[in-house]
Amino acid sequence: MIRNPERPARKEAQEIRQEVKRSRGLKLSSEGKENLAGYLFLLPWFAGLILLTAGPMISSLYLSFTNFDLLSAPVWVGLQNYLAMFQDLRWLNAVKVTLIYVFLSVPLKMVFALALAMLLNRGLRGLAIYRAVYYVPSLLGGSVAIAILWRQIFDTSGLVNQVLGWVGIKSATSWISSPNYALGTLIILAVWQFGSPMIIFLAGLKQIPMEYYEAATTDGAGKLNRFWHITLPLLTPIVFFNMILQMVGAFQAFTPAFIVSGGTGGPVDSTLFYTLYIYQEGFGNLHMGYASAMAWILLIAIALFTTIAFLSSRYWVFYQDERK
Amino acid sequence: MLQGLPSKEQRGWTRLLIHIIIIAVALLMVYPVIWLLSASFKPTSEIFTSAGLLPKVWTLDNYFQGWTALDYSFDTFFANSFIVCLGAVVGNVISCSMAAYAFARLRFKFKALWFALMLGTIMLPYNVIVVPQYVLFKDLGWVNSFLPLIVPKFLATDAFFIFLLIQFIRGIPRDLDDAAKIDGCNHLTMYIRIILPLASPALATTAIFTFIWTWSDFFTQLIFLDDQSVYTVPVALRTFLDSTGVSSYGQLFAISVLSLIPIFGFFIAFQRLLIEGVATSGIKG
Repeated sequence: MIRNPERPARKEAQEIRQEVKRSRGLKLSSEGKENLAGYLFLLPWFAGLILLTAGPMISSLYLSFTNFDLLSAPVWVGLQNYLAMFQDLRWLNAVKVTLIYVFLSVPLKMVFALALAMLLNRGLRGLAIYRAVYYVPSLLGGSVAIAILWRQIFDTSGLVNQVLGWVGIKSATSWISSPNYALGTLIILAVWQFGSPMIIFLAGLKQIPMEYYEAATTDGAGKLNRFWHITLPLLTPIVFFNMILQMVGAFQAFTPAFIVSGGTGGPVDSTLFYTLYIYQEGFGNLHMGYASAMAWILLIAIALFTTIAFLSSRYWVFYQDERK
Repeated sequence: MLQGLPSKEQRGWTRLLIHIIIIAVALLMVYPVIWLLSASFKPTSEIFTSAGLLPKVWTLDNYFQGWTALDYSFDTFFANSFIVCLGAVVGNVISCSMAAYAFARLRFKFKALWFALMLGTIMLPYNVIVVPQYVLFKDLGWVNSFLPLIVPKFLATDAFFIFLLIQFIRGIPRDLDDAAKIDGCNHLTMYIRIILPLASPALATTAIFTFIWTWSDFFTQLIFLDDQSVYTVPVALRTFLDSTGVSSYGQLFAISVLSLIPIFGFFIAFQRLLIEGVATSGIKG
């Protein structure tokens, strides 16, 4: 078919389609067909949305107002589950542990990620290799295998104490069995996985035009000034993005606490992550109603912190005009 | 980056210093993983006394004994994990690409509403829906089978990948669609013949990350798999840990190493694709 260069191809195609349709005498218009096709392609997703996401959400909201042990029918108890939480010392403790975990591990991870990204973004040779090596912990870190390794590393005669022995510090502390340090070992495990935010930072740093630095240097700005007034402001959208992503993830951390504490959240509940407590109550004690109520509080907490972050972003996230 | 105006020599030294810092931090980070590998060849007694990398006594006993330590051998658990991962990968690639094609290319009613809902589900904590899902799968008689782990993937529940694929498909020039339409392609043939082949890099990213996440996923597998015959590797490792404890770290380490090999293999093979995936879309690690 010869194309007339003056006519946009899409229009031409549309006309031809209509022509073809007329000749076939189809009843469905092109728009109707596209509409139908759209819904057909979305059919699996719709099924998933209704059966596995929206349906269960409504259902779990209902269950959160009931006593439900999986074996007998749920019994409506009103707000009882929600009220019980605030008198449940283990729940209060789980909230505390989780907040400490989130608000220590996320900023530390971000600082490491940004620092290493800054170091790597100097046109060094071997960047690809360094980047890959730093990414390995992010890839492996969530697995049961690494959690088992962590358990040994921070045990009485684990790797950490052995290495401390090399430098002459005799330590027989079992870090994972000490209520003071156990949560710390899990924070270290989280920070260890700074590779993926680092890669995102690196991609962001590459977007900053060299001219800005050149201009600033000409104006006599030192290194620190350039970082504070050019790099950091231009990077704030990425800091924000990383922060949300990491925060939402950290609120839901489960595997490391479960494996390192052997499913108990111990010692003395010092690693009782919120999700671990939900699991214990729901699938351990079959308090499914209570577990659902706790899960809804988690959802609300995550939504709340995300909203706060978005609202605050007006004051500290800097968008260049063209990105707006 | 500019360095103020230092001499060439100074810059050389700075560069060297940076290399040293980066290498030192990298070593510190990977040391535990390399040590895990070396410790898996040490007798358990040596694991607790030597932080060095070279075993004094080399042994493969950990691997042989660990492999058969539970009621079923790890043949079963590895096979189970592979089946679950394969199902999840196929499911995600098909269902997410279908949804992404619709969102990226087709016009239909209430599209904006469905799109917003889809984005909303990305951040939804799994804990909020897990209890009703468990009840549903239990009623269907699917608990203790792989279905609760695979079927959701065929229903595009990993909305993150839909989003990833939409972004990619939007970047494919529309001229190709138009040309295909002229050649008589309908929406289905367009999806199969034009969009899928052109979106293959994004489909590969989806497949690889689905595999890696499913392989190391613990929570869902822990909940839905009760019987040892259907255990996957992470659940089996946990049972192994609980049943033996400290006494057999050597064996635990050996199986842990084996369990990390598929992830590591994918990483070596598709390193560039993985890192680009993280850099451009912010996939978490």
